[in-house]
Amino acid sequence: MELLANLAIGIEAAFTPLNLLYCLGGVFVGTLIGVLPGLGPTATIAMLLPITFGLPPVSALIMLAGIYYGAQYGGSTTAILINLPGESSSVVTALDGYQMARQGKAGLALSTAALGSFFAGTVATLLLALFAPPLAEIALKFGPAEYFSLMVLGLVASVVLAHGSLIKAIAMILLGLLLGLVGTDVTSGTPRFTFDLPELADGINFVIVAMGMFGLGEIIRNLEHTETRDVFTRKISGLLPTWKDIKQITAPVLRGTALGSALGILPGGGAMLSSFAAYSLEKKISKNGKKFGKGAIEGVAAPESANNAGAQTSFIPMLTLGIPSNPVMALMIGALIIQGIQPGPQVMTEQPALFWGIIVSMWVGNFFLVVLNLPMIGLWVRMLTVPYHLLYPAILVFCSIGVFSLNNSNFDVYLMALFGILGYVCSKLDCEPAPLLLGFILGPMMEEYLRRAMVLSRGNAMVFVERPISAVMLALAVLALIVVFSPAIRKKREEAFQEEE
Amino acid sequence: MAAPIIRNPKDFLSGLMFIAFGAAFIYIAQDYTFGSPRRMGPAFFPVVLAIILVLIGLVVAVRGLLVTEDPPRGFTWRGLLLVIVSTLLFGALVRGAGLVVATPVLVCISAFASHLFKWKITAIIAIGLTAFCVIVFVYALGLPMPVIGPWFGR
Repeated sequence: MELLANLAIGIEAAFTPLNLLYCLGGVFVGTLIGVLPGLGPTATIAMLLPITFGLPPVSALIMLAGIYYGAQYGGSTTAILINLPGESSSVVTALDGYQMARQGKAGLALSTAALGSFFAGTVATLLLALFAPPLAEIALKFGPAEYFSLMVLGLVASVVLAHGSLIKAIAMILLGLLLGLVGTDVTSGTPRFTFDLPELADGINFVIVAMGMFGLGEIIRNLEHTETRDVFTRKISGLLPTWKDIKQITAPVLRGTALGSALGILPGGGAMLSSFAAYSLEKKISKNGKKFGKGAIEGVAAPESANNAGAQTSFIPMLTLGIPSNPVMALMIGALIIQGIQPGPQVMTEQPALFWGIIVSMWVGNFFLVVLNLPMIGLWVRMLTVPYHLLYPAILVFCSIGVFSLNNSNFDVYLMALFGILGYVCSKLDCEPAPLLLGFILGPMMEEYLRRAMVLSRGNAMVFVERPISAVMLALAVLALIVVFSPAIRKKREEAFQEEE
Repeated sequence: MAAPIIRNPKDFLSGLMFIAFGAAFIYIAQDYTFGSPRRMGPAFFPVVLAIILVLIGLVVAVRGLLVTEDPPRGFTWRGLLLVIVSTLLFGALVRGAGLVVATPVLVCISAFASHLFKWKITAIIAIGLTAFCVIVFVYALGLPMPVIGPWFGR
């Protein structure tokens, strides 16, 4: 069995004491930031990237991955206990989880979320191990035209699946692509859009953009209103579910896992989309659909399984194609590049220990998370009582130190402040920053593939539709746009996204 | 009551923002070679993108004139200004004065943005956080940052 041999490589890489420690550290930090509202995985991973420069690639990626899926666990704790999503993916968990807590079933809600997530994490890890290799094999046959079309499809899909205005999201992607082109043009050596500043000659580091738009922008937005936070329960009891509970949540967990795994693979998917799609589905097909919103255990089980599954399967396109499906994956790609590893299908064959090590570490990390989240719940509850106004100056310090240490450059800190303004203004104008970051990462890659494809075809743009795989992907992208701009579907889409508000 | 000309300021302003960015990219790219589809110059891809951006910006801005929606609310000048200024000051101070000056400055000024600001607790956080950053980032992780900068004769 090739799979077993591969997993053995992964176990060898993930089970070194050092990597186990980084995995534990990652999921611990992930849970922490998941619990704390107002600090998300995107900003945290961006903040911690400079620290990973000195680590071996496997350890760095294991830790960063742990932060991402760890945040999904932590987010549910906040949602259940104080009716405030710790993470955007836990928004729907708050609906029923908080009601359960008010009925004295906080412990049960927390264990449902943790066990559901653990199950989903295990399944998603297996799926990743099963489906990544064949996908990478197909991707190895891709030429520049296919890559270009794939990126177009990815960007379009990320718009279709994101919430908010479609046309503004497309504009944000374009703006991101353009900002990504700042710096010296690789082909001609011309410095572009650099205003003759030597600091911009190598382009803008994406960590600066991520921290400015997600870190600073978010802080300023949170300063708009004074916080009110009530921790509902200090003492959590009744953590262990009964047989009856387990029977009740089995089907929702399975459905949530399946839906989350599927949606996680899609570009623009990932944890957030998965969780509320799972909640809507469960509400429609569950026998006690009427109980939803009033403390239905299914309403916690399904979305929590889904967001964890989605968080993990979103690694599939990143690891096999080198294409990010969400901003967190974009940061992972950045981490790989910093480590000197060119992301793409060749990672699996050239760096098997890295590839399989990450996969195995995810299962280990999920196991750590159950241990961290259930017995140690008291610690996280106490974390919740740290008020935001004492927290954000610290976040700001970590962002600034992180950005400064990228190149030891004050200029980078100023640039982050600039992107902080842009991030805040955009959020006030209802323009999502996530598509901009995706575009920013893909900009230089898209230009490169477009150029290569056009050189190979001698300037014939038909190459994108003459090559079958590329044509299919472009057709899908066009189809997605037509469908989503058609009035009937648009209305449905707006309804679907309303639950999130 | 006559309907205002700009019915949805959010859309109108985002439209203007997109047009401005697109136009700026087109304007700057005029200095670069455009090339042909076969041999694309450095201006080709950005100019094409920027033209689409301007067009979308126009659509969004026009939509802002037609569809009525709520204006943006709760804009916090105080938060924006203090967070940005404190970050800029950190950048200006960290190299010359070192972490022991830049960190407390950043903490104190940014903390002032909150309505719940209190001097005492902010001072404690500033000191604690500075110590934490010096120990963890400089001594433990070895990031090359001055603890006490050259401005103090070191």
